[in-house]
Amino acid sequence: MIEIIRDYWQVLLIGQYPQGPLGGVLLTLILAIAGLVLSFPISVVLAILRISPFAVLRIPATVVVYTVRSVPLIMLVFWTYFLVPLLVGKSVSGVTTLLCTLVVYQAAYLSEVIRAGIQALPDGQMEGARALGLSYVQTVRKVLLPQAIYNMVPSIISQFVSTIKDTSLGYVISVQELTFAANHVNSQLLTKPFEVFMILALTYFAICFCLTELAHSFEKRVAKKRLGTQPTLSGTTNDTILES
Amino acid sequence: MIRFSKVNKWYGDYHALIDINAQVAKGEVLVICGPSGSGKSTLIRTINRLEDIQGGSIILGEQDIHAPTLDLNQFRSRVGFVFQQFNLFPHLSVIENICLAPTTVAKKSKIEARSKAMSLLERVGMVHKANAFPQQLSGGQQQRVAIARALAMDPPVMLFDEPTSSLDPEMVGEVLAVMKSLARDGMTMICVTHEMSFAREVADRIWFMDAGAIVEASTPGIFFTAPQQPRAKRFVSDLRAH
Repeated sequence: MIEIIRDYWQVLLIGQYPQGPLGGVLLTLILAIAGLVLSFPISVVLAILRISPFAVLRIPATVVVYTVRSVPLIMLVFWTYFLVPLLVGKSVSGVTTLLCTLVVYQAAYLSEVIRAGIQALPDGQMEGARALGLSYVQTVRKVLLPQAIYNMVPSIISQFVSTIKDTSLGYVISVQELTFAANHVNSQLLTKPFEVFMILALTYFAICFCLTELAHSFEKRVAKKRLGTQPTLSGTTNDTILES
Repeated sequence: MIRFSKVNKWYGDYHALIDINAQVAKGEVLVICGPSGSGKSTLIRTINRLEDIQGGSIILGEQDIHAPTLDLNQFRSRVGFVFQQFNLFPHLSVIENICLAPTTVAKKSKIEARSKAMSLLERVGMVHKANAFPQQLSGGQQQRVAIARALAMDPPVMLFDEPTSSLDPEMVGEVLAVMKSLARDGMTMICVTHEMSFAREVADRIWFMDAGAIVEASTPGIFFTAPQQPRAKRFVSDLRAH
């Protein structure tokens, strides 16, 4: 196994680059990060539409979210692969296809995370802000979303972890991400599939494990912040109101 | 200052407010009391339209608050409302909580909003906690910040919906002290409260509500010594028993 890593680490890490296209772990991470970054604003909009009091906004958003969440990702990949070239009238690279698919898929899942985050906030937050004269939009933007997104960071990270694994589906449309690179190595060696795919599994595991740990530590921070620190006695007695 | 005319509200089949006809004068401190479920909170929440009504009208100042031309957000920013659960925004510091409405609704500059906020914090005795976050404060401190936040838009009227009901007993005093100082300064106040000592000391008038109607409206002196209506009599004698 060590020899495989020694001989092929570069392919696994960055693919054929600089002789050929970028690939491997790096492409996997780029795809996942770009997927998250691009889908995030869409998911926020979807989430807000999903809880909108207006049915004209709520129903279409709900249909989109339910539809995307009800089909397997691989089907969406194929669909994009055949449909997007028809729509734009020219061929589209595998990386672009996969990225488009991931953005749509991610946006649907993330929007549910953010919607749950907003709906988990006490009703008093909306009421408190509206009673101060903030509009619905101002309330969502300045009061609800900042809290919901902060509270949901652990869930957003786990969503990111699944996107990293989802990028492996790029293999079927010849996107040279990590799984593709591993398969490439395997077909060169021919005799060591177990070792090669063990390395592949360990690489995914290492990346995802680190991220999951990050999510955990953030979760603890959120929980601590929610609980708050107890006010000190001196803080209470210092109050000038009691002296007046 | 505030006039209710034939105000009616239903929750489905439940008649929550029945033919409310009443007035509150400028500078008056009104306490609304009564058993739970009598419609006190519902009534106070109709004044800034947190609750809609199905019949009648409410006039605040010269403004019919249900007029179609009314800018609801501007209107609400000029009615101070203090909740039982404080409803401070946990992601904002004390001073940011207070500055939010002046900067977003009234479009005041940050500097202007902050200096106003600091003077309000001084008034409620919370200057030393300006940069603290709500969860670092005691319940009484949070409620005082909430009062300062409601005052930030210079509302001509302040509404208090059971402001001390979710506080530990030792913290009730500090919140009532702030409310008393507001009353002394001539603020028009409507308070739904179970604090009968506050009602006795500070209120100009008391409305006793039961089953969605104002059963008795009188001064504290009369209400606590010689209530007229049977329901009010029972309520007051229950108070004495404690």
